Amino acid sequence: MGRIDDVFKNKKAFIPFITAGDPSLEITEQLIHAMTESGADLIELGIPFSDPVAEGPVIEKASLRALSAGVNTDKIFDMVERVREKNQIPMAFMSYANPIYSYGTERFMANCRKVGIDAIIVPDIPFEEKEELKPFCDQYGIVLISMIAPTSKERILKIVKEAEGFLYCVSSMGTTGVRNEIGSHIDEMISLVKQVKGIPCAVGFGVSSPAQAKALASLSDGVIVGSAIVKLIAEYKEDCIPHVKAYVRDMSRAII
Amino acid sequence: MKGRFGIHGGQYIPETLMNAVIKLEEAYQYYKNDESFCCKLDKLLKNYAGRPSLLYYAEKMTKDLGGAKIYLKREDLNHTGSHKINNVLGQVLLAKEMGKTRVIAETGAGQHGVATATAAALLGLKCEIFMGKEDTDRQALNVYRMELLGAKVNVVSSGTQTLKDAVNETLREWTKSVEDTHYVLGSVMGPHPFPTIVRDFQSVIGKEVKMQLLEQEGKLPDVVVACVGGGSNAIGIFYEFIKEDSVRLIGCEAAGLGVNSNKTAATVPTGTLGIFHGMKSYFCQDEFGQIAPVYSISAGLDYPGVGPEHAHLHDINRAQYVPVTDKEAVRAFEYLSRIEGIIPAIESAHAVAYACKLAPTMDKDKIMVINLSGRGDKDVAAIAKYQGVQIHG
Repeated sequence: MGRIDDVFKNKKAFIPFITAGDPSLEITEQLIHAMTESGADLIELGIPFSDPVAEGPVIEKASLRALSAGVNTDKIFDMVERVREKNQIPMAFMSYANPIYSYGTERFMANCRKVGIDAIIVPDIPFEEKEELKPFCDQYGIVLISMIAPTSKERILKIVKEAEGFLYCVSSMGTTGVRNEIGSHIDEMISLVKQVKGIPCAVGFGVSSPAQAKALASLSDGVIVGSAIVKLIAEYKEDCIPHVKAYVRDMSRAII
Repeated sequence: MKGRFGIHGGQYIPETLMNAVIKLEEAYQYYKNDESFCCKLDKLLKNYAGRPSLLYYAEKMTKDLGGAKIYLKREDLNHTGSHKINNVLGQVLLAKEMGKTRVIAETGAGQHGVATATAAALLGLKCEIFMGKEDTDRQALNVYRMELLGAKVNVVSSGTQTLKDAVNETLREWTKSVEDTHYVLGSVMGPHPFPTIVRDFQSVIGKEVKMQLLEQEGKLPDVVVACVGGGSNAIGIFYEFIKEDSVRLIGCEAAGLGVNSNKTAATVPTGTLGIFHGMKSYFCQDEFGQIAPVYSISAGLDYPGVGPEHAHLHDINRAQYVPVTDKEAVRAFEYLSRIEGIIPAIESAHAVAYACKLAPTMDKDKIMVINLSGRGDKDVAAIAKYQGVQIHG
């Protein structure tokens, strides 16, 4: 679990999200290197799913673009393996339960280990169902990231007790996507977490501007940004790399 | 295990929704035994929905098919025209007791949307319905009915633009508004406790059939036939008979153009085990777990999964699931209209179609009950189009 522990060591982490295979796996590969160079601390790589119910329209469309371009789980593993030949940045997969389950959970985790994926985030596996994945994650040394939301309230205690790596703190109600205002309860949520244990807290959902990132980073240990980056990729397609690179640089500088 | 039917079921949903389903379960466990709640619901079912629904002996159909004695459970005669009202009155009443001020729901054919809009109008809650674009086109009449009843209808243009996508969008809306809003799930699917709650509210169908048939024939049915999309009308009529080993239970899935075509919605023969829409069950999907686009002429059965309790009944061989094609269903739609003067919903026509195949193979002293889950007025235009008939509006 070394690589994940290093993410938050003596710094606030900037965690960009992109959908694997949007617009192509070649571009995804280049984006991972570009984001690494411009200061990303961990990269969250989305495995596209036909029906991503926790996503807003931006990431949903990216998923559908990737799938219609012929991306599948095997091709994503191959791409990650190529990335790992020259890049040791910590990487987490974000996937819905079904692509993992139908692939064979054990086979999936074994491949994660083989290609060098450090953690997985699965938005439709809550605390109550995590035994679906946990034994296989443990077996192959993959960190299963837990999530808490503004509605979690008293659940935070039991979730945090068993959480590993870092905690994904959902900033606001609803799905992923850019928002102007992010709830003011985040400091409350995080102080509850820290009373249980000192696990790093990364805040995601709705973050897009450097000012927002800076404000959230001051309350937490890191910031996760998805839709804002995916939007740039949708806009500039094959030419997105310099745009994403500049954006990631601005964001990661903002939270130092 | 809690919320499981064998290996199926569970609660595979985002953390944001977990407290909502936990609170829903607590409220349901309390109110289902609360005398005043049960009394209110009974009154609504009787005085508003028109229960009990008739168990009608289809004499002409029986003679024509020349085998088992056929009874139709007339859920089509309920207020709003289908079995959906049974579940909706229960859930909307529960939502109100829980202090929710707004309900949302998905709909395929529009029957569940109409029922939800109706109950919301009656009980004074705000209502929004999500319906796939393809379905708003093929069920345009029901869209206007929902609007007449004061509901807002949101047209879903993502994905395959049918029932599955309507469920996605309703789940997304629920994660935004879970504090004041209840999601009135329309079938025996989704995360626990929905498959149990919906089954319990629908089980009134089978309970009535048992009583009515004992009164009319002095015995239990030999076969019970119902159509299955998510499976709420089927579980509603099956549930009372699951423990009666002598009663054969048959669920009819929509095979579209056939189970060997890629235009089908028959989950049991073509699906595999998966995790989707909050539950573990059988789903039509590809080898990488991407949910497959499904097809049926029937918007209400056009769903790539099946409820977890049905998946379990299939696993343990307690119920049998059979595919019925568009063509067979349309033929049954026309057949029942002409022989009994009853126009069935195209969903229910799938059950009628299989019954027409099975009844002639059975002895005359055997009894078959078909769940006529809805009426077919909504389908008339679509069937005319299917048959190449122009209707001038």
